[in-house]
Amino acid sequence: MAHRSRNPLAQRFTRRDFLSTSAAAGALTITGAPFVHAQEPVTLRIAGTGVNAFNELAAKAKEEVGINIEYIVLTSDDVVTRAVTQPTSFDMIDSEYWMLRKIVPSGNLQGMDTTRIKEYDNIVPIFTKGELPDGTPVARQGISPIKVSYLTDQVSRAFATEPTQWMTLIPTVYNADTLGIRPDLIDRPIESWSELLNPEFRGKAAILDIPSIGIMDAAMVCEASGLATYEDKGNMTRAEIDRTMAVLTEAKRDGQFRAFWKEFNESVTLMASGEVVIQSMWSPAVTAVRQQGVPCVYQPLKEGYRAWAAGLGMPAHLQGRQLDAAYDFINWYLSGWVGAFLNRQGYYTAVLGTAKEYMSDDEWDFWMDGQPAASDVLSPTGVVIEPAGSVRDGGSFWDRMGAVSVWNTVMDEDRYMVRKWNEFIAA
Amino acid sequence: MSLSSRTVPYFQAAPLALIFLAFFVTPVLLVGAVSFFDYQTWDILIPDFNFYNYEYLLESSTTYRTYANTAKLCALAWVFTLSIGFTIAYFLAFHVRTVPTQIALFLVCTIPFWTSNIIRTISWIPLLGREGLVNQALVGSGLAAEPVEWLLYSEFAVILGYVHLYTLFMIVPIFNSMMRIDPALIEAARDAGASQWQVLWTIVIPLSRPGIAIGTIFVIAMVMGDYFTVDVLGGAKVASVGKTIVNELGYLQYPPAAANAVVLTLVTILLIVGLMRIVNIRKEL
Repeated sequence: MAHRSRNPLAQRFTRRDFLSTSAAAGALTITGAPFVHAQEPVTLRIAGTGVNAFNELAAKAKEEVGINIEYIVLTSDDVVTRAVTQPTSFDMIDSEYWMLRKIVPSGNLQGMDTTRIKEYDNIVPIFTKGELPDGTPVARQGISPIKVSYLTDQVSRAFATEPTQWMTLIPTVYNADTLGIRPDLIDRPIESWSELLNPEFRGKAAILDIPSIGIMDAAMVCEASGLATYEDKGNMTRAEIDRTMAVLTEAKRDGQFRAFWKEFNESVTLMASGEVVIQSMWSPAVTAVRQQGVPCVYQPLKEGYRAWAAGLGMPAHLQGRQLDAAYDFINWYLSGWVGAFLNRQGYYTAVLGTAKEYMSDDEWDFWMDGQPAASDVLSPTGVVIEPAGSVRDGGSFWDRMGAVSVWNTVMDEDRYMVRKWNEFIAA
Repeated sequence: MSLSSRTVPYFQAAPLALIFLAFFVTPVLLVGAVSFFDYQTWDILIPDFNFYNYEYLLESSTTYRTYANTAKLCALAWVFTLSIGFTIAYFLAFHVRTVPTQIALFLVCTIPFWTSNIIRTISWIPLLGREGLVNQALVGSGLAAEPVEWLLYSEFAVILGYVHLYTLFMIVPIFNSMMRIDPALIEAARDAGASQWQVLWTIVIPLSRPGIAIGTIFVIAMVMGDYFTVDVLGGAKVASVGKTIVNELGYLQYPPAAANAVVLTLVTILLIVGLMRIVNIRKEL
């Protein structure tokens, strides 16, 4: 729409472009070009957690690339289950990087050819080199994306230690997570993860019930309050797991937690309704609470952030026109419009340069540079979420991603950890 | 060609038998088989025959606490659904005089079932929350100084949900049993000088036993297997066996989930067998 006419990049992947690509693909299989026009548009079913499943995005993809996008929105656990047990039930997967340690050994993903990704060289080096754009290495505790970004071959069940031509996921969104708080109900500064277990918030705290992520929040809390120490929070020993779960169980018995949430919307409800005043939260959930007119801060904490990243991957069964369409979709995804759309949700996207061209300077300064907003900040749907003058919680992209302390993870002792987590929930 | 009269019934029963075999017996056997499998994070089903999953389950004190808690929820839900269900059925059967009114009122009881279980469960949240309608009323009217916390995300909320969802399953069979009681019996008792309570205790309750037993089976089976209500209204804090199984499935730990399911099924079957010993449903129907 407005963006398309303004920006030459938008012309890069037009429907004509798509048709010529598929014509080439079609010509390989069917002799006689006119058949192409008779072909139905390709439908891609994307299974994922819904963090970046937006109707606006699907509509735009339909308009600009001519692909029907259908989202299959699942909980994190179910994304893994689907990928491992029913990989043919979707055409692309929107997976988090830690899930790959469970999915890739099943052989259900195919490596993506980086030479077909036009913006490959411009992907944030967190994913391709394991470092920030200024060259400093990103935190490697937990499953830092670089550890699982590449496969040894197109068909492979093993991760490559060095970058190869075959990528597991093309990053879509990533972020640095922290605790969300209700500043109107907590009238003092919150600076440490340890506050989650502060008796002051008894019955008003919540933690998320997805073990791979919840255990990390728990570890941040235990470490911050000096109740436990870790060699590597991202890969705990049994003793470290026991200690962490003992701390959590005791807090649970004391009535510290109001609830445990598994799904994004549950966290929004808990916070907006005032059931909890401090909890594990994801960035867009904070935005969603604010959109309801309820004050909510995504509180930066001195111990740093717990980071996560998600990306689009292709199941092994994808081939022919669908495979081409999947590459077209990814190339369109990285070409700017989507990046700008997602950056405005408070996420970060893989290719920053193209996204910048679709954002106003004010928007870029606010979301990415941590500057005070020069004008009112609007959500992608046009609702004012921040008045002019406000500053993003945590500051700029570098301030936030540079302060990552640990990534979401699957540990070597995963089986043990999950049992202990289950006992904690049942305790 | 004609089939002998002995083989015809087998053919007639075959379709149902085959469906049961394919969609009930086979899956149950598979669950049983998987419960002996091994597993790893990266390899979810490793065919094997070991007792690890059962050992872990039976050694863990969490298991016993979880079962005890499920039993407690079950008992409380049973007491409330039975007393409410019996009262409503009694009213419908003996106090409402005409059959059309009986049917009309009976249909009224089913109105909540016009929406799904899930919606009926979730709709308690805005009512019971810290800033929900009930608390607003309590605080607003000065009955409580601070919002009452245990209304939501507590065992109270879970039991409330169960009673709301399952009372009808008590009403229907008990009402059915009561409608079969010959009014002459009650009249005879009255004529012989029995009080209301004596009629209730010596005639209505004994003759309603099959209905009570059937309702009890429904409620127990549903509460034992529930994981949704306990999750939504318990805020994922209240332990139940069903929820443990769902968690394990979510974490791709199929063999322990299967072992847990086998044990839960056995416990439920034992409960129901015990119940059948007290009330012989087949004889009394």
